Amino acid sequence: MKLNGGQMICQALLNEGVDTVFGIPGGAIMPLYQTLPQYPGLRHILVRHEQGASMAADGYGRVTGKVGVCFATSGPGATNLVTGLAGAMMDSVPMVAITGQVAREAIGTDAFQEADVTGVTLPVIKHNFLVMTAEELPRVMKEAFYLARTGRPGPVLVDVPKDVFVEEAEFEYPETVELPGYPPKMEGDPEAIKRAADLIAQAKRPVIFAGHGIIISEAYKELQEFAEKGQIPVTTTLLGIGSFKSDHVLNIGLPGMHGSAYANHMINESDLLIALGMRFDDRVTSKVSLFAPNAKVIHVDIDPAELGKNVKPTVAIVGDVKHVLKQLIPLVEKADRREWLSHIDELQRNHPLWFEDDDVLRPQDVIQEISDSTDGKAIIATGVGQHQMWAAQLYKFKEYNSFITSGGLGAMGFEVPSAMGAQVGLPDRVVWTIAGDGGFQMTLMELATMVENHIPVKIALINNNSLGMVRQWQDIFYNHDYVATLYSGNPDFVKLAEAYGLRGIKVTRKDEVGPAVKQAMEWNGPVLVDFQVEQTENVYPFIPPGTGLDNMVEDPRLVKKRVR
Amino acid sequence: MTQNSGKMQQHTVVALVYDRPGVLNRVVSMIRRRAFNIGSLAVGHSETPGLSRMTFVVEGDDSVLEQVTKQLRKLVDVVKVTDLKGVNAVYRELSLVRVSATATTRSEIIQIVDIFRANIVDVGHDSLIIEVTGDEDKLESLVTLLKPFGVLEIMRSGRLAMVRGISLESGQDSSANGVSGDVVSAPADEDQAKSTTLLPPG
Repeated sequence: MKLNGGQMICQALLNEGVDTVFGIPGGAIMPLYQTLPQYPGLRHILVRHEQGASMAADGYGRVTGKVGVCFATSGPGATNLVTGLAGAMMDSVPMVAITGQVAREAIGTDAFQEADVTGVTLPVIKHNFLVMTAEELPRVMKEAFYLARTGRPGPVLVDVPKDVFVEEAEFEYPETVELPGYPPKMEGDPEAIKRAADLIAQAKRPVIFAGHGIIISEAYKELQEFAEKGQIPVTTTLLGIGSFKSDHVLNIGLPGMHGSAYANHMINESDLLIALGMRFDDRVTSKVSLFAPNAKVIHVDIDPAELGKNVKPTVAIVGDVKHVLKQLIPLVEKADRREWLSHIDELQRNHPLWFEDDDVLRPQDVIQEISDSTDGKAIIATGVGQHQMWAAQLYKFKEYNSFITSGGLGAMGFEVPSAMGAQVGLPDRVVWTIAGDGGFQMTLMELATMVENHIPVKIALINNNSLGMVRQWQDIFYNHDYVATLYSGNPDFVKLAEAYGLRGIKVTRKDEVGPAVKQAMEWNGPVLVDFQVEQTENVYPFIPPGTGLDNMVEDPRLVKKRVR
Repeated sequence: MTQNSGKMQQHTVVALVYDRPGVLNRVVSMIRRRAFNIGSLAVGHSETPGLSRMTFVVEGDDSVLEQVTKQLRKLVDVVKVTDLKGVNAVYRELSLVRVSATATTRSEIIQIVDIFRANIVDVGHDSLIIEVTGDEDKLESLVTLLKPFGVLEIMRSGRLAMVRGISLESGQDSSANGVSGDVVSAPADEDQAKSTTLLPPG
């Protein structure tokens, strides 16, 4: 069958099970867009900025486990995708981006809207292709999807010159890929697994670190079985939230820079860390030489390069964490770790996650209320900063894989488009985005996309009229010197929401939070609630960078209470 | 937990890569962005059409070597990576040296060239070009001896390496020996070795 390049791409998308594409057309990618009407199985969602397309594809990819797809034109269209692509790479999200490129003969001439997009994206994505003939397209598309979703998932970009979209060639979609340099290894080495089981049997104070890998490989059942059988407490990294039920007695919550004090104490007292599909990010370890100083380390990851990169493992196991856990569980003996677990209980009592409960409207009140009102069953998308950390600390997730956040890249502006993508991917779930007023204003143009496409995301704007996390650091490290962090000209967000066609609700008092959340939930469409919260609230506990986990700073109000 | 505290060393790593536009860029970009130090890099076609072989000289301790090889393996266009640490291999580098030579010094230079089994490949009125092949020590010794005559220009090819007698498959998997302490398992190279059967014919 002869098809042109644009038709080949559409047909390949259908073959790969894609039903939704986020994007914006432009000159170079127009031939592909003009082909879309021939493929009614592909829903195109017209975003307002290409960053929204890549971040929506990211949110879509995370919640569905399918490959998120975005389109952009050459030059500025493609460069606008980059932040979303880099974020998907850092957080191992399956994504394919198709970008238009200037026509073949114009490449390298600094043509109108030309940018070296394969060059620009090279260091921030998993792989990319510049397709110079239509004949290559079936193979390239097959490989792009295979690379995006297998092994450690990630974004793959396919750059297609304008005239390749209209060039005709034989279309035969390959069944398999030939990528000899790319062997994802699923099973763990049995000898290493045996050794890991021995370490677990000997350990008195083991801790499981559950990361994003559990979610990607859907190893929820295996993780729970493993933790229960060995009676091992589980700490979930920022991207591992939703890998283990938050109401499970063995779930100790978030570790690291803004993790709970009890989780960090537990880690530093541990004699064995069992890291499952996580990468010992610096926000987790703080200063590596002071991190869990007495612990041996079992590290399981599908990406061999993560093993030994930051923390040197005692036993390193390359493999898909679901497969490895299935191999490991039969070798783990039922254990009695009452002493260790009761010690952790005591840590939890002595160092609780705490916030001031008075008449002031604080950001934590909002997250607590959303958690209660949704019964922990919503998908929560966040931006980056204080609100993100409070959401990670306080939302009680009862459903797996429901926390969508920009972890590795830490890209503000992720909140709205990622929530939009998640809602499109899972239309039956309730999706809240917990947004900061800083990040919200980086991508708020996607409100129009939500209204246009009937995407009923609920937006909780944690509005402290500032770049809160930076302001917090100014409090702590720069003697309250608020350089460029306080907004004096924020818009009226309720009017703004209404101008876009959303419902807008303003909340200034604590007793209004409950009713506002209820109203938002009942509203059949996208809604924004502007929670005008206390500006000076800081995230506690926190670990000053460059120090050890036990150097954490707890809320001074809590410490004062304790002394009293 | 043990931290790696190995000292700065030079390691040789050989990578088999696809001969496609942009592959060198991918490799070099990865090395730059992860702040690895490369002493030299030599690239050329391999025995298999469509595949090139790169020889890297990597500077750093064992953990750097381990990361370089692992990160190289992650690149889709890199088919196979062999770390020659502890492997009996032949190392060669070619160098061209332009040295000033007058009628009075020329015969003395020729003597040195002969001792080093080097060749004179060009003779000018006041200079010679010497071609020399060997390991880095030999090349450097020759240059040291030529310095008094006036070394005007040096070109070096970068190190090439090939395992003696047996095939490259016996090269050590860096990831198995690169992690310190009592590591019992690390990513094996088997899959990569196996996958060479999928390579294009040639």
